[in-house]
Amino acid sequence: MPNPLDALPNLPRDTAGPVFAEPWQAQAFSLAVKLSEQGHFTWKEWAATLADELKSAAGRGEPDDGTRYYQHWLQALERLVAAKGLSNPQEMQVRKEAWADAYRHTPHGKPVELGTGSPDQKPSRS
Amino acid sequence: MSHHDHEHQAVPSDLTLRVKALESLLVEKGLVDRAALDALVDNYEHKVGPRNGARVVARAWVDPAYKQRLLEDATAAIGELGYGGAQGEHMVVVENTPAVHNLIVCTLCSCYPWSVLGLPPVWYKSSAYRSRSVIDPRGVLREFRLDLGAGVEVRVWDSTAELRYLVLPERPAGTENWSEEALAALVTRDAMVGVAKVPAPPKGATA
Repeated sequence: MPNPLDALPNLPRDTAGPVFAEPWQAQAFSLAVKLSEQGHFTWKEWAATLADELKSAAGRGEPDDGTRYYQHWLQALERLVAAKGLSNPQEMQVRKEAWADAYRHTPHGKPVELGTGSPDQKPSRS
Repeated sequence: MSHHDHEHQAVPSDLTLRVKALESLLVEKGLVDRAALDALVDNYEHKVGPRNGARVVARAWVDPAYKQRLLEDATAAIGELGYGGAQGEHMVVVENTPAVHNLIVCTLCSCYPWSVLGLPPVWYKSSAYRSRSVIDPRGVLREFRLDLGAGVEVRVWDSTAELRYLVLPERPAGTENWSEEALAALVTRDAMVGVAKVPAPPKGATA
């Protein structure tokens, strides 16, 4: 079976698999893998969306040295998630602000959790 | 971001928040399984930059001037090699010697120098490690198969969101002529947390 990672151009990796510079990158990587495994999009669709993001970045004259690879990965993931109707930009924006707010209001040492007071922090059901 | 309030948590980077937003939405909607996702992320925890720390240690072993800078201002010395914390945390490096062994912990949560060590291992985040490291460090170290003699002083360093520690382990015997790169390959994550020593290479090994 071919390695699915081979479909991803310029993926930062070593002989044992992908490498990450920061925790969020491993989380974004794992999210894409799991969404694909659970059938929300094919790996081929994912690779094409990512390649498209990387191509746009190169078109903007960004250096192709891998330093911003996972920023493009995240951008592609947000785009594909919206295109598949799994979420939408507004919902993601509201949720992001809710997390920032939760960090600001959680004492050090306590796990950061989303509040339940605001209706837009609740999961939306379709 | 450089001046955090001690009472509250530092707000992570925009990129981290975006991933958290996406992840929490997809998990809540039942589109992705939390346990399966966590298992995959755990699988990669050792892949997040542990070699950054190993390179810092190897440089300190071969370059006494660098080692001195590292012990005096670790944030700047680690920055010299191109590594820095995106959260702006301050780094302190503590040196192991034949007489002193250092151990790092975060008793409150799981503050960890991930820019040099990657994501914290599961045991680092466990309440058992967090509480027992302070009360009974020698006992904890024995569970990691590290039995320190009674003559060795054990120092435990409690990390915070603003201040993170890294252990500079002892250079093992038999590596006198080794290259910096070969030395870096010997350095383990556990040695830089202080729950292990860097093992001496097998006799006759050269690099």
